Amino acid sequence: MSVDKKIVADLVNNKVEFVTTVPCKQLAGVIDEIEKCPDIYHIPSNKEDEGMGLCAGAFMGGKRPAIIMQNTAIGVTINTLVTLTQFYRMPLPMLISYRGEVGEPVACQVEMAVHTKALLAQLNIPTYHFHHEDDVNELDGILAHAFMSNKPVAILTDASFWKGY
Amino acid sequence: MIRSDVLKSLIPVISDHLVVCNIGLPSQEMHMLDDQPNNFYMLGTMGLASSIGLGVALAQSEKVIAIDGDGSVLTNFGTLPTIANNVADNFILLIIDNGSYGSTGDQPTYAGMKTSLAAVATACGCETVIECQAEDAAETVQAALDSDKMTIIVCKCQSGNIKVPVIQMDPVVIRDRFMKEIQARNG
Repeated sequence: MSVDKKIVADLVNNKVEFVTTVPCKQLAGVIDEIEKCPDIYHIPSNKEDEGMGLCAGAFMGGKRPAIIMQNTAIGVTINTLVTLTQFYRMPLPMLISYRGEVGEPVACQVEMAVHTKALLAQLNIPTYHFHHEDDVNELDGILAHAFMSNKPVAILTDASFWKGY
Repeated sequence: MIRSDVLKSLIPVISDHLVVCNIGLPSQEMHMLDDQPNNFYMLGTMGLASSIGLGVALAQSEKVIAIDGDGSVLTNFGTLPTIANNVADNFILLIIDNGSYGSTGDQPTYAGMKTSLAAVATACGCETVIECQAEDAAETVQAALDSDKMTIIVCKCQSGNIKVPVIQMDPVVIRDRFMKEIQARNG
């Protein structure tokens, strides 16, 4: 099974039925699989904080949500993560492309990469870093952990995990 | 009529429905006028009432009214194309447009100048967009509820505020009782 298919299978296995996405080149394959998946309502959002609002609503409406986005979005969404997702204690798995790590061709991406883990740590968001392809095997447990704890969790997936661009 | 007058006029129409209410004075006014478990109050996160409301509407079958403001919609403009392209016929977005940022001291918004939110919503692809005056808000919302069509209502009213207490309820309590109400209604 491809990594993209495995990720979507784990989402379905954890009863995630509502996924919002803001695209990234690294995430294109998994977004395609989500669009094709009959068990998931895929709702692209125009900005990641908007997506987190959609996810908060879907959760309260009875559907387990997830968001797929770039690490640059951490800069966009801090207020939403703190005053909505965390303040109201809602679960939110965040599958994040960790741009700006080794293998990155775009220098500007490094500027946000150096802040990504520090910001997530400051927000007390449980953070997991997928570097090797086998790390994907942890996803099923991480998703269960997010919904058990009613917390946002971050899964950072770097260029090595995606085997380049 | 100012926003609090509009909200008061709406109570008989919206009281039995799921309501997601915008940050600041609108939530505080709704809480003072008609607090109940089917209301979700935003205590922070300006701009996301429409997104949260759409999420609730897409996830279950009960009708949802998101009460938003012109300033908040301007903050989260990307919401209108998302709403237009993800039609939920159990969703009403009511934008109370007083042309000002009411909760922060009535600074003017662009919606009170050249920008028409109804025209923007239409341009974004929203199929049923109605602009009404404050006096017609209750009738317009009732008609939208009866139509079973996703509707965007831009309700023009005057700028101004009444004194209201802040909401002291814990956010987890607000969220939990709202979810339990949704679960009960969806059987």
